Amino acid sequence: MAHIAPVQDWATDFDVLDPRYVSDPFSIWDDLRASCPIAHTDRRKSSWLPTRYDDVTDIAHDIAHFSSHKVAVIPGDEDEDPNANFDGPDLQYGLPPISADPPLHTWTRRLLLPWFSHKRVDSYVPLTRELCRGLLEQFADRGHADAAADYAQQIPVRVIARILGVSPDLSDTFTGWVRDVLEFADDPERRQRGGEGLLNYFLGQLEDRRRHPGDDLLSELLTTEVDGQPVDDGIVLGMAALVLIAGVDTTWSAIGSSLWHLAAHPEDRRRLAAEPELMATAVEELLRAYAPVTMAREVTEDIEYHGCPMKAGDKVLMNFPAANRDPAAFEQPDVVRLDRAHNRHVAFGSGIHRCAGSNLARMELQVALEEWMACIPEFSLAEGQETTWAGGQVRGPRILPVVFP
Amino acid sequence: MKIRVDSEKCQGHARCYGLAPEIFDVDDYGQASVLLDEIPPELEEKARLAVANCPEYAIEIISE
Repeated sequence: MAHIAPVQDWATDFDVLDPRYVSDPFSIWDDLRASCPIAHTDRRKSSWLPTRYDDVTDIAHDIAHFSSHKVAVIPGDEDEDPNANFDGPDLQYGLPPISADPPLHTWTRRLLLPWFSHKRVDSYVPLTRELCRGLLEQFADRGHADAAADYAQQIPVRVIARILGVSPDLSDTFTGWVRDVLEFADDPERRQRGGEGLLNYFLGQLEDRRRHPGDDLLSELLTTEVDGQPVDDGIVLGMAALVLIAGVDTTWSAIGSSLWHLAAHPEDRRRLAAEPELMATAVEELLRAYAPVTMAREVTEDIEYHGCPMKAGDKVLMNFPAANRDPAAFEQPDVVRLDRAHNRHVAFGSGIHRCAGSNLARMELQVALEEWMACIPEFSLAEGQETTWAGGQVRGPRILPVVFP
Repeated sequence: MKIRVDSEKCQGHARCYGLAPEIFDVDDYGQASVLLDEIPPELEEKARLAVANCPEYAIEIISE
């Protein structure tokens, strides 16, 4: 990991990988909202960081000025040339639909959405529940666990593997690749290794599905025709890689952050145990307070936005987590209210790039919390053992030691 | 009470369906629709909750 020079001035020289931002971005956003609500940095690349709800959602809807062509928060080689480190089908469109603008965005998204519809997601509930119970059985009698590594991290990757039709036995390998790409994006070697691993794996899987089609997402992408034509190999590969990348770190982080909150706030944990009917509302509140994902946009032409001289090619970091903590949009935003009735949070984004897997993520988070609370209703942070957080594109706990009776 | 979903604004967050499946459906592509021409009084509170939780401001009360 490259050395991060400590940030002195968050308004003009922010760094989302500064350890203070990773562990406690909330006070930094509060200061920025009050003094300079759209911060700037020249670290790595000229980038802007909006912190107000209205600015974040406004920019998310202005797809003419803010393209999704390059969505990595930490710029890398593949930002310039997706095939830089990969000798395979042409990935000029990156990982559509997340890295695409209309019209490519529109039709690639329509191919994915039915796999994550609420009806389809309902059918993944039994598998998710069984998975959570199996994990809990391994440590429930032990009195302590790493709620991130032993539990949260293990759930979404296995569900998404099932949907993609790839082997859940490779879950640890998938997790490693996804972490290399997202969490260690500042380390060119790891980033390249993860990207290559993922793409080459899916290249092989697609070849296999061509010969032996199944009822999985990969097989469907290969046999789908759009306007009478099969989908380009590079686009199928990008979509397949996207589903895994987007379906692992993100929800795992949301489950981990939620368990961290409940471990650190016994009054909320007790309330949720006593009032399980609050769960659906509580899940939305935990998503609001601990939204894991920041995505980038690229400025398409020089514009002045709320006094900020944005240049074509600049990045704008879509700070959905900060939007969710804006006091102009939420009453007492830094207080988690498990029964918050009015909650237009944007943990899953806003506008045409609303997370395509949001129904799945929400279900996984809810089932993971329900099963944990049913099995281990009493738990707390382990004294003297540190929780560690990952940040940047996706924020969540990576080591979360908890103890229970 | 009558309500509608603006299909141009709806982006498929499905918050309305989650809060009030008696009132809303969401299709395979995330597009929400209102199942009831007239919202009965006992569901009005739920309809208002859906309005207040839509991140896209896509649900509108046409008449009270």
